[in-house]
Amino acid sequence: MSPNIVLVVTIAVLFTVGVYLLLERSLSRVLIGVILVGNGANLLFLVAGGAAGGPPIVGVTDDGEMSDPLPQAMVLTAIVITLGMTAFLLAMAYRSWQLHRHDEVQDDVEDRRIARLAAIDELAVSDSDEEGPTKTLDEEAAETRDETDEGHPAAEVTR
Amino acid sequence: MSDLAWVVPMPVVVPLFAAGLALALYRRPSLQRIVSVTALSVVLAASVTLLVVVDDGPLVVDVGGWAAPVGIDLVADRLSALMLTISSAVTLCVLLYSLAQGNEDDEESAPISIFHPTYLVLAAGVADAFLSGDLFNIYVGFEILLAASFVLLTLGGTGERIRAGTIYVVVALLSSVLFLVAIAMIYAACGTVNLAQLALRLPEIDPGVRLVLQVLLILAFAIKAAIFPLSAWLPDSYPTAPAPVTAVFAGLLTKVGVYAIIRTQTLLFPDGRLDDVLMWLALATMVVGILGAVAQDDIKRLLSFTLVSHIGYMVFGIALSTDEGWTASIYYVAHHITVQTALFLVVGLVERAGGSTSLTKLGGLAKLTPVLAILFFVPAMNLAGIPPLSGFLGKVGLLEAGVAEGTPLAYVLVVGSVVTSLLTLYALVKAWNKAFWQTPPVERPPVRLPFGMVGPAGALVAVGLTLTLAAGPLYAYTGRAAVALTERTPYIDAVLPDGERGTGESARLTDVAESGAHEGSDG
Repeated sequence: MSPNIVLVVTIAVLFTVGVYLLLERSLSRVLIGVILVGNGANLLFLVAGGAAGGPPIVGVTDDGEMSDPLPQAMVLTAIVITLGMTAFLLAMAYRSWQLHRHDEVQDDVEDRRIARLAAIDELAVSDSDEEGPTKTLDEEAAETRDETDEGHPAAEVTR
Repeated sequence: MSDLAWVVPMPVVVPLFAAGLALALYRRPSLQRIVSVTALSVVLAASVTLLVVVDDGPLVVDVGGWAAPVGIDLVADRLSALMLTISSAVTLCVLLYSLAQGNEDDEESAPISIFHPTYLVLAAGVADAFLSGDLFNIYVGFEILLAASFVLLTLGGTGERIRAGTIYVVVALLSSVLFLVAIAMIYAACGTVNLAQLALRLPEIDPGVRLVLQVLLILAFAIKAAIFPLSAWLPDSYPTAPAPVTAVFAGLLTKVGVYAIIRTQTLLFPDGRLDDVLMWLALATMVVGILGAVAQDDIKRLLSFTLVSHIGYMVFGIALSTDEGWTASIYYVAHHITVQTALFLVVGLVERAGGSTSLTKLGGLAKLTPVLAILFFVPAMNLAGIPPLSGFLGKVGLLEAGVAEGTPLAYVLVVGSVVTSLLTLYALVKAWNKAFWQTPPVERPPVRLPFGMVGPAGALVAVGLTLTLAAGPLYAYTGRAAVALTERTPYIDAVLPDGERGTGESARLTDVAESGAHEGSDG
């Protein structure tokens, strides 16, 4: 059996676009990327199920002409799961926007601190009584911006 | 022994029902607590029963009475029963700890009403992944536990948790998609997703295709197990969660990935063609992970990096592909779940007593709370592998297995794991000196640590010590599990007694399907 070329090309396009979007900074775009890649995987199941056929019900379709119901059952499960995950990601993007007025996927804040210390050639753990980082991680997460410069810094927005 | 087969689904079904009940009781926190504790106690009892019973042979349940390759089956063999027992003991301890924390703190900091149902769902997902005898059901188990973990990780929705949670969620979803792609391709190649049937059919397909399938599965599981270079998400996301949540994540979630690798490597791909690659990955995971730990200032992050590093030991055992390697690896998983969870729980207590998790700000805790010092010291030394604790026994087992293998690469790994062990000791002793011995930067008022939190943490430390005391029988048990894994026949025969179908009741439909020309599918 050779797979349907339209399906294969669609899958390839979905994965390409999806991966590109996954690499974006904005969580909304990442979310769309996740959806596209997920749908690509779902279509892959259709290819895996073999040639299309009649409804797989004994007595309705001849045994030889049935389509394979198992991958379709799996796709249904996967679609439901993706739906739930999408809803959660949307909620997170909204919460991030609520807190910071942007939905940027940020780099590790603590990593940034260690990198800063390394840049000024400081010991990560100093034995003296000098003050450590004065801001909490929450504050730093609110202020830090990575690559995107759309929207406004959190400090300027009245809450 | 099949009269005890009804126990097999219990670890999945009980927490799921209890989760629904706990959600319905969200206005009655005291009832919620009773429901959760009862449910997880039942799971622990069921798991211990399974641990004893399946020593005589795997137990199989065809869910809904549908025969195995068509229906979904749950399989409890020695490996999954051992994993279940350890994980249910750990989840119960962490639940008791978080109950006490909920009592002490105000409800604002930890919304209890959503915590209980989610936590139970997490337990069900972990159990499902351990018990499933069907690749797609493992995926569903993963998704159950991931969805629950998303909620637990972002409890309260503070800025930092949302930031860390975003990365965790996106990486987890990506690995799920990879897993799904792997399942689709395996179905396309073999026409089944039942593990036992796959074990029979995979040897018949083209070796190149088989290698692709193996790589895809390993890739998906390696993200979940946090194997270098796919481990960067872990130290970033875990430390921001509440202490009990971090503890249970650190103990269980990565080990589910390790379990999945062990299961698929033994049952589906016994020819071990990726062993050399896995060896190098194990070495990189160990060394890079522990070097990361050495650089950290925050004790929670330090422990997260040691977690990544010690995943490398388990992968080392897996990559050896010998009975000794599997034995040591399984023992190491059991040891590491308890010790890592105990350490994170103790760090939660350290945060209470010291007011911070930053090593620069902590100090003098040994004088302030000597009990806490002991509770930290024992699992820390256990993790570093000081004799005679279980970490030492697991590492010795791995080293012996590596030397027995005798290849130059295995010797490199042996040296690497010794170095990693020493660096772990260095990182943990540094944390000990800073947090417990140095003069505190700011004098802290004496704190009373609630017994409800010290108790479960102490219980987990005790479980770790039990693994040392009971090392003989336990090591023998993991040895028998490893032999059964290498033989493969006990598992396959239990699921498909006649080599074709399970023991469910869908025999009549078989005749219909077999008379048709339904090629490539399992009818």
